[in-house]
Amino acid sequence: MITTPQEIITRMPASVWQPFDDPLDSGWAVDNFWAHWGLFSVGIIGFVLLVVMGFIWFERRFISPMQLRIGPNRCGPFGLLQPVADAVKVMLKEDIVPNLADKVVHFIAPIAIFVPVLLMFAVIPVHEGVGLIPDLNVGILFVIAVGSIETIAVFMAGWGSNNKYSILGAMRSVAMMVSYEMPMAFAVVAVVLVTGTLSLQGIVQAQTIPFALLLPMAFILYFIGALAELQRTPFDLLEAESEIIAGYHIEYSGMKFAMFYLGEYGGAIIQSALITTLFLAGWKGPFLPPFLWFMIKLFAVFGMIVWIRATWPRVRIDQLMSFAWKYMLPLSIVNLLIVALEVIWFEGDAVTWWLVPINIVICGALLTGWATFFKLRGGPQVES
Amino acid sequence: MALKTDLVTLNIGPHHPSTHGVFRMRVTLDGEMVREVEPMFGYLHRGLEKLAEGRTYTQIIPFTDRLDYVSSMQGNWGYCLAVETLAGIEVPERAEYIRMIVSELQRMINHMLAVGFFITDLGAMQTPFLLMFREREKLVDLYEMLCGQRFLYNYMRIGGVSHDLPPEFFPAVTKFMDEFPSYFQEFEDLLIGNEIIQARAIGTGVISAEQAINYSMSGPCLRAANVDWDLRRDAPYSIYDRFKFDVITGKNGDNWDRYRVRMEEVMQSYGIVQQALEQLQEVPPGPVKAKVPNLLRPPVGEVYVAIEAPKGEMGFYIVSDGSIAPYRWHVRSPDFINLGALRDMAIGSKIADLIATLASIDICLGSVDR
Repeated sequence: MITTPQEIITRMPASVWQPFDDPLDSGWAVDNFWAHWGLFSVGIIGFVLLVVMGFIWFERRFISPMQLRIGPNRCGPFGLLQPVADAVKVMLKEDIVPNLADKVVHFIAPIAIFVPVLLMFAVIPVHEGVGLIPDLNVGILFVIAVGSIETIAVFMAGWGSNNKYSILGAMRSVAMMVSYEMPMAFAVVAVVLVTGTLSLQGIVQAQTIPFALLLPMAFILYFIGALAELQRTPFDLLEAESEIIAGYHIEYSGMKFAMFYLGEYGGAIIQSALITTLFLAGWKGPFLPPFLWFMIKLFAVFGMIVWIRATWPRVRIDQLMSFAWKYMLPLSIVNLLIVALEVIWFEGDAVTWWLVPINIVICGALLTGWATFFKLRGGPQVES
Repeated sequence: MALKTDLVTLNIGPHHPSTHGVFRMRVTLDGEMVREVEPMFGYLHRGLEKLAEGRTYTQIIPFTDRLDYVSSMQGNWGYCLAVETLAGIEVPERAEYIRMIVSELQRMINHMLAVGFFITDLGAMQTPFLLMFREREKLVDLYEMLCGQRFLYNYMRIGGVSHDLPPEFFPAVTKFMDEFPSYFQEFEDLLIGNEIIQARAIGTGVISAEQAINYSMSGPCLRAANVDWDLRRDAPYSIYDRFKFDVITGKNGDNWDRYRVRMEEVMQSYGIVQQALEQLQEVPPGPVKAKVPNLLRPPVGEVYVAIEAPKGEMGFYIVSDGSIAPYRWHVRSPDFINLGALRDMAIGSKIADLIATLASIDICLGSVDR
């Protein structure tokens, strides 16, 4: 277990170079440094692009019956080729840069939003010992740190476009992402406390019980935070179509817009993958091969996000902020405290079925209890 | 050290997803706060009122379709009622009932769409909107049976309606009436308890009863501000005195009340349609159109007739000089006048509430700009 920052720094290179120290133990790692990086870089980009297409198709097909329509069904079987057609269309479109835009920032923003997504994939465990960095010992820290770059990219896009709508969206995004990262991080810390490791592989290995059951509160808080991080309904304020049209990427077209789209859906993959890894036991599962389990859970989590998108309206900016700071943050701290006490009580081995009902009851009590003190709305109450 | 901040002027519209057409607002923003709203109209101005002065009275009816195109039947009805009042034409009883049925069905369409748009503008991804369209599709199918049109009906004529109800209409409408309450209840169940909708709608876009009256608002917007006023009950035109229905009022005049008033009015209209269908069984078949000359020449004079259209008091002012065309034709469109209150409702709120308030007023640019 890592205790000091010095230790993190000293241990990091060892982990990064691990595939070459011990190729047999790390599964699919390749025995040559450059071959390994080349293979997995291309593999990750291909994987992300494919899954993004899968997600786009899945979202559109999944949301359609909820909205009493059919969805894409013309291109290929079940409309599976629709995302390909869209990608081709968007690549052929003219790239428009506003006259008064900050050209450099405007150009860099789409790249800056997509690269962190790829970076984060370096450490996501899809199988035991498989990955660009199969077992980074500070994996979750790395993911949270790199994920925060996205905020800057969004702000760059909003600022560089020199458009009032986009700057409104960018301001909202900074306020929102900074607020929601905190309860999210606290939820992750609860997981880390229980498992005693920052490594994502280690967290998956430690989950003899899915943490969604063992730490329901952390799961719920992280899920809500992920919705905000993804700018998904009900927190899609920064691209609120009915208010500020498209928000920060209003002035982007063609391939640059496609990069934002990729970044958005890539972020959805990452967050689904993190929820899968942290709370749903990652690639573990009976009968089916681990990678298949990972994909099933990935799509299940994303399906949940899509379901919420189809169902709920959007909150207002002040409600959004008060929800983060007055509801989620206190709860996440209380949750951390409770988990810490449990870890002390069970002397470090808190992954036990005993705690599942206790934690679920505590979670329900805290969520509803705090909700009676916290009201999203002012004005008179309405009985429903 | 105080930060130096500036107000930002933002043009919302005319091309904007949630301005319901080509409406434009010049909004002065202080961060997210709305400091000033300046509504700007006229992007859809087609000069219908002037054009009407060169048309015969019958030729004007299609214009009334294009006023409030979400509830064309009501526009038809208001205009025909005005001309009939001016020329003193008696409408056959059967035609009155047919008009009543189609118009109240139209009110249901309009209110459901208004609520669907409202929830969409709150940020829902069009699911409620499309659920509303499911019911609307059934109704426009009924209208297609009547007059071959699904949107701009041009169904009513001066002195009646163009066709009698076709025989296949009755089973279809009975089927619709049987199914509708359960579908409607499903919709209510999905929305009414939603915390986000309540948080967004309750207490936003408030207008007091005095202000609403001073702005000469009408329709659901006025009733939501707790003013008990409905032309169907207080100045009954046509055969409204034969039906039982409640006038729904809100309490606070906020977005939530406007949404609730609309939803409950849908069920009131449903009740009226049911009563009308029952009473229609006892009306003997006969003509559905009074004998009116093709080139109607109403006597010299002027008339103002208002009906309770879904969006409020829709009035038609006609000045006749005894010729085949009106000397002056003016429409009091309810949403145009309701929209005047937008500034007072939105100032001091967030930009998101401005959009929601605009949607809750339920404007139709065809009738705002005429």
